[in-house]
Amino acid sequence: MSRPGPSPASTAPEQAMLQVKDLVKAYRADGATSWAVRHVDLRVDRGEFVAIMGPSGAGKSTLLHLLGGLDRPDSGQIWLDGRRVDDLPESRWAVLRRRSIGFVFQFSNLVSNMTAADNVELPALLAGTPPRQARERREELLTELGLEHKARSTPAALSGGEQQRVALARALINEPSLLLADEPTGSLDSRNTRDVLRLLSRCHERGQTILLVTHDARVASTADRVISLFDGEIADDSAVSLPANGGGTVADVVQLKG
Amino acid sequence: MRLALLALLAKEPAHGYELKQALEQTFGAAYPQPNIGQIYVTLSRLEQNGLIQGQDVNQSRRPNKRVYEITEAGREALAGWVAEPTEGPRVRDEFFMKLVLAPATGVTDRLALINKQRRHYLNIMRGLSRLAAAEDRNNRVAQLLIEGAMLHLQADLDWLERCQEELD
Repeated sequence: MSRPGPSPASTAPEQAMLQVKDLVKAYRADGATSWAVRHVDLRVDRGEFVAIMGPSGAGKSTLLHLLGGLDRPDSGQIWLDGRRVDDLPESRWAVLRRRSIGFVFQFSNLVSNMTAADNVELPALLAGTPPRQARERREELLTELGLEHKARSTPAALSGGEQQRVALARALINEPSLLLADEPTGSLDSRNTRDVLRLLSRCHERGQTILLVTHDARVASTADRVISLFDGEIADDSAVSLPANGGGTVADVVQLKG
Repeated sequence: MRLALLALLAKEPAHGYELKQALEQTFGAAYPQPNIGQIYVTLSRLEQNGLIQGQDVNQSRRPNKRVYEITEAGREALAGWVAEPTEGPRVRDEFFMKLVLAPATGVTDRLALINKQRRHYLNIMRGLSRLAAAEDRNNRVAQLLIEGAMLHLQADLDWLERCQEELD
């Protein structure tokens, strides 16, 4: 497995998929200011799989939205793939999101009157992919996610787990170099979580860069690196590794009696 | 382990090595497996207490083996065990003690403690994921045991977050 480590010093600057400097975002309501993201510096290398954890209100989703251009920072800079993007107009962001950034949210946000297949193909067609190629890629993705038999179903006819996998396929169809996922397993049971995790791991192995917000420690522990956000600031940033005993047994966690 | 062995013997008589295999087959690699020595020691203790009864069986060209069966008293002990509610898990209070007391000592601060503990939990979680992937997916007992451990860890992490919020 070729995984660039989380240590920024060891890699050339042009390897950074994402670089953020002194990012600030506040929300003002009823005369009060709440700081969602305070002076965050962050660097994510190409091919890294990074999880962001932290209590609700810590600024995790806001950070992700800023990085995907869904929201604008008050100050600070964002470089995507070596290009400054925080000052781009919305139209250019839209193009970036179509071509280079895939987005998955906790709720799948599928277009309700379109089939699963059309939902997945749509971003490819919008990006100018020839219809035949879009269809082939869609078939590939749905098969990989075990959904080939659901291609003609509308979202309402799919279970929550299936909808989420369709949303993931949609986010991946343009082979984005960066995948941003906000609680992608937040509404899923443990089996569906496992399927989504498996696909994310496969994307990771293929070299896609993944930035994922999650409460789920199992999801976070599949990442190479976990960032803990607290009160809009990075409280910790660390690689995840196997424990010294290589995994051990459940007795390391719960005491078994008898 | 006493009760696990009693439970297995309630099903059918067996000798020590068969019991070890049955435990392994049921719980998989996730469960800390007793070695054969521990099993023999436990069996002889159970026999002394009259909960099981052993009988030597002659084997040609091999040492004799001792086959055990459960006694009436053993069945009663087993029934008592099953009927009794099980204690809930206890909070790891050693970490909590550190968290509450350490800042006053000047040795470390709470954020450093919390970060270190979180990293530790996440690493264990990664180990459990690997264990689950390596274990036969159809062994529901083993998979549930691992999932149980994962849920405990998740609760520990959530609690860590609450400590961070409240003790700041």
